[in-house]
Amino acid sequence: MAEAAAFYILAALILGFGVLVITAKSAVHCILFLVADFLCVAALYVSLQAQFLAVIQVLVYAGGIMVLYLFVVMLVNLKRPPEAHSDPRRLGFLGLLMSVAVLVELALIVVTRWARPAAAGSGLSPDNVRQIGRALYTDYLIPFELASFLLLVAMVGAIILAKREL
Amino acid sequence: MVETVIVPLIMIVMVIVAVLTTVMYMVLLERKVQAWVQVRLGPMRVGHHGLLQPIADVLKLFLKEDITPARADRWVFTLAPILVLVPALIAFAVIPLSRDLTLFGLKFPGQIADVNVGLLYIISVASIGIYGIILGGWSSNSKYPLLASLRSSAQLISYEIAVTMTLVTVIMLAGTLSMVGIVNAQLQKGWWFAFMQPVAFFIYFVGALAETNRAPFDLPEAEQELVAGFHTEYSGMRFAFFFLAEYTNMIVVSCVATTLFLGGWLAPFPNVPWLSFLGYVPGWVWFILKTFGFLYVFLWVRATLPRYRYDQLMRLGWKWLIPLAILNVVMTGLVKVLV
Repeated sequence: MAEAAAFYILAALILGFGVLVITAKSAVHCILFLVADFLCVAALYVSLQAQFLAVIQVLVYAGGIMVLYLFVVMLVNLKRPPEAHSDPRRLGFLGLLMSVAVLVELALIVVTRWARPAAAGSGLSPDNVRQIGRALYTDYLIPFELASFLLLVAMVGAIILAKREL
Repeated sequence: MVETVIVPLIMIVMVIVAVLTTVMYMVLLERKVQAWVQVRLGPMRVGHHGLLQPIADVLKLFLKEDITPARADRWVFTLAPILVLVPALIAFAVIPLSRDLTLFGLKFPGQIADVNVGLLYIISVASIGIYGIILGGWSSNSKYPLLASLRSSAQLISYEIAVTMTLVTVIMLAGTLSMVGIVNAQLQKGWWFAFMQPVAFFIYFVGALAETNRAPFDLPEAEQELVAGFHTEYSGMRFAFFFLAEYTNMIVVSCVATTLFLGGWLAPFPNVPWLSFLGYVPGWVWFILKTFGFLYVFLWVRATLPRYRYDQLMRLGWKWLIPLAILNVVMTGLVKVLV
């Protein structure tokens, strides 16, 4: 009962902050609402007994990546671009089309069987870190190595782009 | 119901009152210790030997006019001090202050919450605290605070990496992320982790000095003695928040160092049987003694060492501390596997 209440409150907050992200006028406010969004998502992870994931969400996503976004937004003085296509009826129609597409996707995931994501394994014990570590280094080793390789390539690219003389 | 709600509530109130009082008296202690190092006396007039000076400071900050710059972003300007102080305070929720006690028939656990990822929780709220600094500088709508806040936050995120690497070595030794588990691991192994990992302890200490913007890494802060800092446009209660947050961060970092490296609430030499009479002293007394020892070294270092220039500071963090910390992780792993 309390879990259901927590879930609905958190879900309302997440959706509310999401709407505020796209309707905020100042870019920095957008980022702050997104950070608040991520904190609520972390709370949702805690309610699902995935404490490690919650903490990593705050530490890496809200506390690392969004800080870099904030740096960029603060230092790049964003003015509104010239209004290219601001026909409200056309924008409204396109928006409606996109939302119908997403709704169909969600309905397919819920109703049919072939669009469903893989079933979750056994429940999470309080030993979150050990379970995730074990899974990451045995079953999912190749995606893990590929992801770290991708990060290395991104770092090397950033250094090459930013350095003046090599 | 009592155990899950009332006891933590009592502990939260006790911890917050204790921390805020300690912060107020840390301000006085800093002035006194610096004064004694410089062969003078420090505040002596307010109260006996200056003991009521913090109360005078608090009253002054409460009563000052609260100015908001004209074109500052009002919401973010108000949010920034909160984003600096609240993460510093909520980090105390997982710090184990003593073994479990039973007072007045109620069972008090030694910490407010035993989270199974306690150490990562502290690091993650520390990274939320960085937002307050960036936003404080940006929302002031003025050049010098913006530059100072960017410098300060760049320093913080650089040294966060070295500090996190040293925490990884402690986790490798303890086998658990829970703070209570780390103290118990030190009890079981019989050694404080500072003796098993001296390099990590040293790197943690240097990183802690940088993380809290303390000398010799206080260039972002010294700028306001000279020109301005990220909280230059703040006055009155908002400035008090930034001030409180800085000293609370110092206390958090000292408490984490005590728990991870100095054995938390354990007595010294837990592995020597004929010293077990030290165990009669309550755990929280040892914890407070160790934390204050650490804080005193912070003040001592500030009074003694000159300041690093900003590029020297960044070079030290990236080119020396991070490789040293990574090397430490590798060596710890090798020793664990081979020995």
